[in-house]
Amino acid sequence: MSAGFDTVVIGGGHNGLVTAAYLAKAGQGVLVVERRELLGGAATTEEIFPGYRVDTGAHRLGGLSAQVVADLGLTGHGLEVLAADPTVFTPVGNGIPLTLWRDPRETAESIRRISRPDAEAWVPFTELVGKAASFLQAAWTTTPPDVTGSDLGDLLAGAKLGLKLRGLGRKDMAEVMRILPMSIYELLDEWFESDLVRGTVAASAIGGLCQGPMSGGTVYTFLHHHVGAGAGVIRPTERVRGGVGQLSEAIASACRQYGAEVRTGAPVERILVDDGAAKGVVIAGGEEVRAERVVSSADPRRTFVHLLPPDAIGPDFARKIDHVRFRGVCAKVHLGLAGLPDFTCLPGAGPHLEGVISISPSLEYLERAYDPVKYGAISDAPYLELSIPSLADPGVAPAGKHLASIVMQYAPFSLRDGAWDEAARNSIGDLVVRTLARYAPNIEAVVEGRHVMTPLDLQERFGLTEGNIYHGEMTLDQLLFMRPVPGAARYRAPVKGLYLCGAGTHPGGGVTGMPGLNAARGILKD
Amino acid sequence: MSPRVFGRPGVRPEGPELLPVFPPEYTAAAVLRTTPFHRRTEALCEAGNWRRWSGFLAASSYELHHDREYWAIRNSAGLIDVSPLHKYRIQGVDAERLLDRLVTRNVAKCAIHQVLYTPWCDEAGKVMDDGTLCRLADDVFRLTSALPNLRWLLDNARGLNVQIEDVSDALAALALQGPNARAILTEAAGGVADDLGYFRLTEGAIGGAPVQITRTGYTGDLGYEIWTEPQHALTLWDALMAAGRAHRVVPAGLLALDVARVEAGLILIEVDYVPSHQAVIEARKSSPYEIGMGWTVKLDKPGFVGRDALMAERARGPEWEFKGLEVSWDAMESLYGAVGLPPQLPSEGWRTSVPVYAGNRQVGYATSGCWSPLLKKYIALAHLQTPHSATGTHLSMEITVEHHRKKAAARVVEPQFFNPDRKRSNPGRADRS
Ligand SMILES: Cc1cc2nc3c(=O)[nH]c(=O)nc-3n(C[C@H](O)[C@H](O)[C@H](O)COP(=O)(O)OP(=O)(O)OC[C@H]3O[C@@H](n4cnc5c(N)ncnc54)[C@H](O)[C@@H]3O)c2cc1C
Repeated sequence: MSAGFDTVVIGGGHNGLVTAAYLAKAGQGVLVVERRELLGGAATTEEIFPGYRVDTGAHRLGGLSAQVVADLGLTGHGLEVLAADPTVFTPVGNGIPLTLWRDPRETAESIRRISRPDAEAWVPFTELVGKAASFLQAAWTTTPPDVTGSDLGDLLAGAKLGLKLRGLGRKDMAEVMRILPMSIYELLDEWFESDLVRGTVAASAIGGLCQGPMSGGTVYTFLHHHVGAGAGVIRPTERVRGGVGQLSEAIASACRQYGAEVRTGAPVERILVDDGAAKGVVIAGGEEVRAERVVSSADPRRTFVHLLPPDAIGPDFARKIDHVRFRGVCAKVHLGLAGLPDFTCLPGAGPHLEGVISISPSLEYLERAYDPVKYGAISDAPYLELSIPSLADPGVAPAGKHLASIVMQYAPFSLRDGAWDEAARNSIGDLVVRTLARYAPNIEAVVEGRHVMTPLDLQERFGLTEGNIYHGEMTLDQLLFMRPVPGAARYRAPVKGLYLCGAGTHPGGGVTGMPGLNAARGILKD
Repeated sequence: MSPRVFGRPGVRPEGPELLPVFPPEYTAAAVLRTTPFHRRTEALCEAGNWRRWSGFLAASSYELHHDREYWAIRNSAGLIDVSPLHKYRIQGVDAERLLDRLVTRNVAKCAIHQVLYTPWCDEAGKVMDDGTLCRLADDVFRLTSALPNLRWLLDNARGLNVQIEDVSDALAALALQGPNARAILTEAAGGVADDLGYFRLTEGAIGGAPVQITRTGYTGDLGYEIWTEPQHALTLWDALMAAGRAHRVVPAGLLALDVARVEAGLILIEVDYVPSHQAVIEARKSSPYEIGMGWTVKLDKPGFVGRDALMAERARGPEWEFKGLEVSWDAMESLYGAVGLPPQLPSEGWRTSVPVYAGNRQVGYATSGCWSPLLKKYIALAHLQTPHSATGTHLSMEITVEHHRKKAAARVVEPQFFNPDRKRSNPGRADRS
């Protein structure tokens, strides 16, 4: 049995590390225990091919909290964020592609070659997105109100959100409330006519969702991905020099500086519960670590079903946890490239390859990509988000080589026919390369190495239930005060001394550090 | 016997598009389910007086008036079909752990072949249902309940090593209740139940049908419940009726049972209390303390559902108590006398909410009541606010005399109006409950 800590944090993903750093900074004795040999969770960098530093999970940041960066002095620990410009390139087979730039006027110019009305609508559209996202930002930085109780603090938090909404002005407020529950398809119908624009914008509404752009509530997810994006920026693409794992390493380094201990290769087998209160953890092999409190960054299913003894939580709560939807739909493919992809619509190298490359020729294309998933099958023509980090950050690939990291949707965790075996894994790799080849025919020739992760692989590698990249789907009914479930959205679990701090809590998934920050604030207040 | 039909069979209203409202095959038995004893009970049910019980047809009374059936329960023996009860078989190394988590009583202390009467609560300590729990073997239990509970059982069983099976349809059950019940069983089952203690189980055979016999019931009298598989149901019925003839056994319906259970002070779900998961407002929910089940709550038992809330409530003291009321005969006589009538007595149990007063202030409400033919008293079961619930307190209960609301004096008593020794005792033995 190890000496007692004030806090033991389960999981060394970026959120677990953020919470640990804040608690250690506040003077607590903190231990982080990570099951893998390396840190970062789904924000990590691994040498998949010799000489390549591959972001095996997230390959761009998701609105990383500036407050976290500042509070923990992450720049001093080696963090360097690279903001790509352009942010997105959407190729077409033949014709004029679309490029999104950080400056919306520049984007409008790019759109003008496709559609004049859409070009004119672009800047006002980005303004609406900015206003709506700023409302969400207020929600992100607050612990969500507990609508089931009547705590004064909750009322204040609710009032603060209300004020922020009022601050938008009456007309804007009405507009934000109107659009939040809509499908991105319906919203874009009101704004744009061009398939390319609609597809490119809609693609950022469906990330990690077992839903298509015609599903209700996808406007919310779209806005979620634009919190902190910067004025006028649609689909921001920000990477970390050296790979996103450098962010996690920077936070870990801050942790150590504040005196926290970080252990890897230490999977927690179960949470110790004594007389209804969490008292520490048991690490595989039987080692007990005692602590005043336990903070879990593992997803809610893992935490409540697999790590807690069965009778530690009540039947009503257990039922709610059972009903949290995961339904992972992402696969990840990494390619070692001897040369850059050459797009028929815009041949040669150029800045267009530096953001992410979005295979989303139309909104209907995305919806069709989703259709088979309803029936447990893989998309025939999938949505792809491809990133070539080696352009802006040559260090992540051997000299003269390039690295492509591709998130593919949709590949359902639960296949109706067959299983996620080697053949299915290969078929995903083939499908992704074949799909890219329609736009960049040289791709097959330049691929030197290929690494595929199915949704099942994501579960095994990262410990993500059903391969859901966000620790639970980011649908309206699983967000805010309902994340992970109503009654536990305030980082406190219904077991004394147990807290949550991962992407399964408000405000949700992505490399943001926000759940970790909010959780730390809540814990320090208790 | 021809099937009884609700509505007019085969009558087609005017108009060609309309379907027949009551096709000829639309009988009660076609809509509700019938129990494994139905072929016998239907033939005996002269009154045609059926009611619905958990989706089954159940006889309210076999004769036009339930009087004889009631008196059989108190003076000889009544035979009651109780098959519509919900029954669950819970088996596995964690069966005891699951049930100890679920119910308020201490299951670890339940011996093999012992039966516990117990309620179970939601997480806020409010009663969801009540029933009997029997340990059939070290890791096998049977739970009976008034309402379906499979989902709640499964919710509580997450992560535990148990199998839960709804065996409601796999077990037929008869209640044999009354002072002659033991003698009938001696004859029918060859003495296996002669020494059976109160709330214990034994196994045997009746008329060749393998049975389990528990000394349980809902009459507050000497009595047994007999469990068998449906294919043996008619054999069991016939054997008990044959053995019972000399002991004046009478098939009894739910009206007779209702009077008996009010006399015994036994609470009835959906009548005397609202199951917490069906309550639309908080005020309708009850804790065990508020409905006379405080004795079942074992707070020293770790971690059962609702324990924290019940600890707090016990410390606070419950706001309500469930007690008996005896309505004054003199008051009845004078209230009815004033309109030129003798006291009108509710020979059937009533099940409405009736206000109870201390002076002019309402301090509670009665939920069940009847004239007790045995005790010759008008009795009721009532929820009373604790300052007014002490035994002996003088209150009044509303009665409606010739369409006018009046108050009749009533006295608070313990709810077991009738509690004979024979309920628990064994002849020639010390009380071994
Ligand atoms: C393939 C993929 C692509 C993605 N793309 C993007 C993207 O481009 N942009 C973006 O913003 N987001 C992306 N995401 C989502 C983002 O990476 C996650 O939402 C975020 O990293 C979650 O961080 P976290 O710290 O909350 O959880 P995690 O990173 O999942 O960390 C949880 C940690 O807990 C550990 N753990 C679990 N169980 C135990 C145990 N029993 N004992 C000890 N340790 C345990 C895990 O190993 C893990 O390290 C992607 C995710 C994936 C998987």
